[in-house]
Amino acid sequence: MSPEGRAVANGRVLLAGTGSGPLLRLAAPISFWGGVDPSTGSVCDPRHPDHGRSLSGSVAWIESTIGSSSSSSVLLELLRLGLGPAALLLGRADPILSLGAVVAVELGYPGIPVVELPAGVPAEVADGTLVEVRADGALRALPGGG
Amino acid sequence: MSGGPGTGGRADAVRLTTEEAAVLAGADGPAAATAMRIVTEAARLLGADSLVPIGSAHIDGCLYHGDGGVEFAERLVREEGAVKVPTTLNVGALDLLHPGRVKGDDHRLEMSRRLMNAYLSMGCSATWTCAPYQAGHRPAVGEQVAWGESNAVAFANSVLGARTNRYGDFLDIACALVGRAPFVGLHLDAARRATVVVDTSELSERLRDLDAFYPVLGSWLGRAVGDRVAVVDGLPPTTSEDRLKALGAAAASTGAVALFHVSGVTPEAPTVEAALGGQPPERVIRVTPEDVRATLATLSTSADGAIDAVALGSPHFSRDEFCRLHGLARGRRFSVPFYVCTGRDVLREVAAEGWITDLEAAGVTTVADTCVIVAPILPGHRGTLMTNSGKFAHYTPGTTGYGVIYGSLEECVESGAAGRVVRLTETWT
Repeated sequence: MSPEGRAVANGRVLLAGTGSGPLLRLAAPISFWGGVDPSTGSVCDPRHPDHGRSLSGSVAWIESTIGSSSSSSVLLELLRLGLGPAALLLGRADPILSLGAVVAVELGYPGIPVVELPAGVPAEVADGTLVEVRADGALRALPGGG
Repeated sequence: MSGGPGTGGRADAVRLTTEEAAVLAGADGPAAATAMRIVTEAARLLGADSLVPIGSAHIDGCLYHGDGGVEFAERLVREEGAVKVPTTLNVGALDLLHPGRVKGDDHRLEMSRRLMNAYLSMGCSATWTCAPYQAGHRPAVGEQVAWGESNAVAFANSVLGARTNRYGDFLDIACALVGRAPFVGLHLDAARRATVVVDTSELSERLRDLDAFYPVLGSWLGRAVGDRVAVVDGLPPTTSEDRLKALGAAAASTGAVALFHVSGVTPEAPTVEAALGGQPPERVIRVTPEDVRATLATLSTSADGAIDAVALGSPHFSRDEFCRLHGLARGRRFSVPFYVCTGRDVLREVAAEGWITDLEAAGVTTVADTCVIVAPILPGHRGTLMTNSGKFAHYTPGTTGYGVIYGSLEECVESGAAGRVVRLTETWT
């Protein structure tokens, strides 16, 4: 693999930026409020298959968001505390969660890219692979990842 | 690691009217400009090409989750933000009517109060309820609104026939400050048409006429349809608002349900065919008794046995629900903490009936303006909570650390008296 990594997907930019980290594929839809602990970044809903895993620093693939209107607040809080994901990849543009990242930028907190990937992250990119989201919505697998 | 994102209020794909563009440029003050930037940004990312004027808003963002939300709201206040449309407030993280009921450290209590005050300063009404529709906020059929709070969104669209998307914290107040919302999704006719038919005819009539069935049906619906619009067929034509409220709240917890139709009951579904807009459904799902039993099992995370508390009222208890509880609990004595969460408007009404005096004598603790899963109210951090609410059943483990047991209102009352789970009938067979 080149140092630039390998292109694996291209999405629609919901919020532009760059971010890299291990890919975290959430196995089920999630509500950030009630589903992610705003003080740690870990999945706190015991019914969720990823219960206990941390989103902090990850490039999180979330096929669908569900539930609470407060999910935007939880994301904002994670970004304020430096505990947020490094990037969000959403199966579908979401009017709640994404707004947490929009407001983080308004308040001058470190922001993150949010990209819509309706076709998903290709199956060959395993959970834990080091990936990078580019400002144009490109997703690349980086060398040295898991 | 990440860096370099920016919003900047790019409006390239979103056509703004002259007036909207002026607000974006600051003609209506800095808070309105911030709000218009956020609304325009949301419109862009949702794929809207214009904004729609709204008649009212319901704000979820007044509930404290951390200092970032307070910073945002207080900045809007400093920038002299004032809502342009009638705007109600969701629960906060304090019970203002019963000081001391919410625990927590001083910082949390102070920031919760500052957040609530910030939203009042912008001209929102002190309703402090997740059920604004029980506090007189009832937009008309077809009215464009911007509501937050997942159960309120489902109720506004489905039961009232008003039009809103699932607005979350920050976008809700931004819409209220400019009186506009992204013109996309459920604001438009096309997205309101049902594409899924849910056929309940295989379920017994007795089950379909049971209050405790509706949170279960809602929990099933949210998982089954996600964010698609379903029309549920086969429910009694007399299905009450409280049952629809419970159905919607549960569906909006397990799924992203913002609108459901019930044929012969909700305003946009005089018939299944009407709800489908005359087109064939993409999918027909028949709910089986096994589906109901399997979903029921997911609502409890603890086994039947001793309980540490009972909580009712998510969404906030209505007058009718208080009436039923009063009939069941009057003269009883609960042996574990028994919380009923409600809005101050309903509380005032039912207190005037004398019901609260009787319920308190039975050991009921009323919680107003907030509820047990959004603020530290329950004793300790571990225990088992019993509830008749599908929404409490869904969120309690993740937000409080408590295990949860689901049961009917009658079972909650009997169990609250006994201090352990009491099952009354073979209801679910």
